[in-house]
Amino acid sequence: MRYTDEYRDPQAARRLIDEIGRTTLAPFSIMEFCGGHTHAIMRYGIRQMLEGHVHMLSGPGCPVCVTADVDIDRVIALATVPGVMVATFGDMIRVPGTRSSLQQARATGADVRIVYSALDALELAQQNPDASVVMLGIGFETTVPTVAASVIQAQEMGLTNYFVYSMHKLTEPATRGILDAGEVHLDAVLGPGHVSAITGWGMWEFLPRDYGIPCAISGFEPLDILQAVLDIARALRDGEPRVSNSYRRGVTAEGNAVAQSLVARVFSVDAAEWRGLGEIPDSGLWLRPEYQAFDARAAIEIPEDAIAEPSPERRACRCGEVLRGVMTPPECPLYDKLCTPATPIGPCMVSAEGSCAAYYRYGGSII
Amino acid sequence: MCLAVPLAVKRIHGALADVEIGGVMRQVSLVLTPEAREGDYVLVHTGFAISVLNESEAQETLALFAELAEAERQLDEEEALRLSDTEAGA
Repeated sequence: MRYTDEYRDPQAARRLIDEIGRTTLAPFSIMEFCGGHTHAIMRYGIRQMLEGHVHMLSGPGCPVCVTADVDIDRVIALATVPGVMVATFGDMIRVPGTRSSLQQARATGADVRIVYSALDALELAQQNPDASVVMLGIGFETTVPTVAASVIQAQEMGLTNYFVYSMHKLTEPATRGILDAGEVHLDAVLGPGHVSAITGWGMWEFLPRDYGIPCAISGFEPLDILQAVLDIARALRDGEPRVSNSYRRGVTAEGNAVAQSLVARVFSVDAAEWRGLGEIPDSGLWLRPEYQAFDARAAIEIPEDAIAEPSPERRACRCGEVLRGVMTPPECPLYDKLCTPATPIGPCMVSAEGSCAAYYRYGGSII
Repeated sequence: MCLAVPLAVKRIHGALADVEIGGVMRQVSLVLTPEAREGDYVLVHTGFAISVLNESEAQETLALFAELAEAERQLDEEEALRLSDTEAGA
């Protein structure tokens, strides 16, 4: 058992697709919340395979993409503060703010380091005692516990030069935001497997309970996704909205209790600003006052003039609509014209998980 | 961002584990999965094991795919029977 190849068998995929066809009474729409799913769906051509039965819409599950311009501008300004070393996951570095990107800031002298893990940022703080090392806290429930663990570890090590700039966000409020806005019709949601590994699949019970729609938690291999779509087709056929766990090898009902308690210890929940979705109540994670000494927002003064007016190209960017599932990437006037992975105008074209990048790489101009 | 890959735990040293990825050994943190044991597969996300994979659940999911293959074989057989009946009738 390697937990990967077994879930890529083309014969089994064809059988699942046939079974989805037999089970489907009327075509239905599913939103995949997670950018990792968007990537896998495009890569394996799943959207095309299900055409006629299932309409798959991409959602807001790309942490870099939903980060608001105001936050991107602030962290770029933060990187220019003397003595600050910014540590970030790789896909954030090329994301354009209104005027610049971290990469451009680095080219003009800012100290920006790419890390694979929050633990690498801790190591940077140890090795550079004269620098204030700021880890950019980007990511959903999957990533938050790892950053929380780094804060606890910094405290235990007595580090006074390690900070987190939290832009962490929660998936449930964003999903509710999209459903409440009613701009897109959704019959079901493909639940994010790795978020659910932490939260437990029970968190998604709000979908059948409050919205009357089914949800299937899915892994990231093609057979995982097809099995989840089949579970959704069955729930719709039976007229019984429910949460199915189609990723049972990695996800339980309760999730990871150790991770949940670490997150609750370090972070509290409050409103946050999302690109495309605006401010959503109780959707962001902020360091608790007890951990203020590690909070970059409290400890480091960011230059006031950080926020600029967006350029005309930037104003034409339709990332917000793409993140809400209202528009597919090829429908954006900039897609594959001014905006490509080499010259990205908006974050959805930068991040590997962004819908525009996934379409560009695997889908061409297929709408 | 939420990318996580299944990797085998080779050796545990305190809260760290050696895992193998593409023939290269790496260390990951077990802070979030203290229940992990040598020989387990864990889902690794940004240097942390976030979940210990459940082998029997994995096998059951694969068994579901096999069941589907069996069901399809039966459907094909019934279809073949129906066809041969029709031919016989004609």
